[in-house]
Amino acid sequence: MSEISAPNGFTLRQYLICLSGVVWREGLRFLHQRERFVSALVRPLVWLFIFAAGFRQVLGVSIIPPYETYVLYEVYIAPGLMAMIQLFNGMQSSLSMVYDREMGNMRTLLVSPFPRWFLLGSKLLAGVAVSILQVYAFLLIAYFWEIEPPTKWGYLTVLPALALSGLMLGALGMLLSSLIKQLENFAGVMNFVIFPMFFASSALYPLWRVKESSPWLYYVCEVNPFTHAVELIRFAFYEKVAWPSLAIVFAYTSAFLVAAILAYDTARGMLMRRGG
Amino acid sequence: MTPALMIKDVSHSYGARKALDDVSFSVPPGSFTVLLGLNGAGKSTLFSLITRLYAARHGEIEIFGHNVMRQPGVALRRLGVVFQARTLDLELSVMQNLIYHAALHGIGPLEARRLGQAALSSAGLADRAHDKARALSGGQMRRVEIARALLHEPRLLLLDEPTVGLDIKARADLLALVRGLVQEQGLGVLWATHLIDEIADDDQVVILHQGKVLATDRAQAIIAEHGATNIGDAFTRIAGVAQEKLSA
Repeated sequence: MSEISAPNGFTLRQYLICLSGVVWREGLRFLHQRERFVSALVRPLVWLFIFAAGFRQVLGVSIIPPYETYVLYEVYIAPGLMAMIQLFNGMQSSLSMVYDREMGNMRTLLVSPFPRWFLLGSKLLAGVAVSILQVYAFLLIAYFWEIEPPTKWGYLTVLPALALSGLMLGALGMLLSSLIKQLENFAGVMNFVIFPMFFASSALYPLWRVKESSPWLYYVCEVNPFTHAVELIRFAFYEKVAWPSLAIVFAYTSAFLVAAILAYDTARGMLMRRGG
Repeated sequence: MTPALMIKDVSHSYGARKALDDVSFSVPPGSFTVLLGLNGAGKSTLFSLITRLYAARHGEIEIFGHNVMRQPGVALRRLGVVFQARTLDLELSVMQNLIYHAALHGIGPLEARRLGQAALSSAGLADRAHDKARALSGGQMRRVEIARALLHEPRLLLLDEPTVGLDIKARADLLALVRGLVQEQGLGVLWATHLIDEIADDDQVVILHQGKVLATDRAQAIIAEHGATNIGDAFTRIAGVAQEKLSA
């Protein structure tokens, strides 16, 4: 009888099979949803080609680290746009989790015998992998717009920063998905999470400029995790480490992750409150 | 003999509303057990507790002797589930759906393809492996979901109202498929339904009404005990509701 001979625990190899299965499925879904890919690319490119081109004369950026010379405004906002891709991706995968839960796909995932934290972590990593692909596709196009790191190594050094910021934004999305009861509420998340996070950050303008015009807004930007994701990416693209941002992103990532896993935990979770 | 599924004194509430009240019954291995109840009787809540989507706070649930809260991994790998809602990924092919499910049970893609092909053959869908799930009919989707639920070779299969929305022939085919699994492979099955015509005289029946178990025995024994003409009549007498609700 298989129930007697089956071993009680899974091997490391089986954990890897599970993880790669979840990533593979997310990748397939992403390939099947071409419009999602196109819109993920078009959004930052619109900012880059239209917004940045228009504002390049208005907004001068002085020499601030990691830059060692004056840079074009397009160059300044590129890291913010990379983070924006990840922000949208994080929120979109949380949207897909709400959708999956309503449609039942999330149930298939959660009745897997693997530990729940591992399943949610796999789902999160799958989303991060997709977001990193999107960012590199964006960088490829941006290259022809002369947005590139000082040396080619920048493409490599930005990778761990993207992984960490992707994790943070994905974990935030996952936490939100556990709190959102129904799909309709998601438009609210767009308005109340994505836009404030993006605009109250260093993505579009350096924080010293914000401080000059409004100290209050400056403090909001300083505590905004998105600011630190942007700075982490900005420095990493220039082969440097923004240590304070790294620590802050790391702390936010851990907090969001723990909260999301608790929220999906059967004993305490928000799912409990749903009828069914 | 250890029961395939054992439910003991399980209660569950949504706020003030009690969805399950001291529910106890068991499903023996190799048996076809019907969980009969109207919509809202608490069947789906019970399924959510067995599959650990909700925490069973009151009472014990064991799968082949393994408690689902204390040993969820060991318990869940012995369990296959077909949910009431359709849970196939419509964008993916049938085989891709199966490979994904296999991965969730630690089975690699090569082995998954082999198992998947065999499972689809026994569900009569061998030639649909590479079609998108979206292209299947409702009955075929259900059959794929059953094939998928059995891919990791569980010994207990739960089905929550699997025939809802299917036409008469698809319903009969599905029922025959699952009954065949019980007979040929000795699978323990818990089949939740509100349709009395899905019950055979020899089936083990658990009558769930407003969160309480009102009877549990072989269908013919329940009929005899209440002097009823059939199981629907018996349900009417026990639960005090009109029989029409059991055939719609």
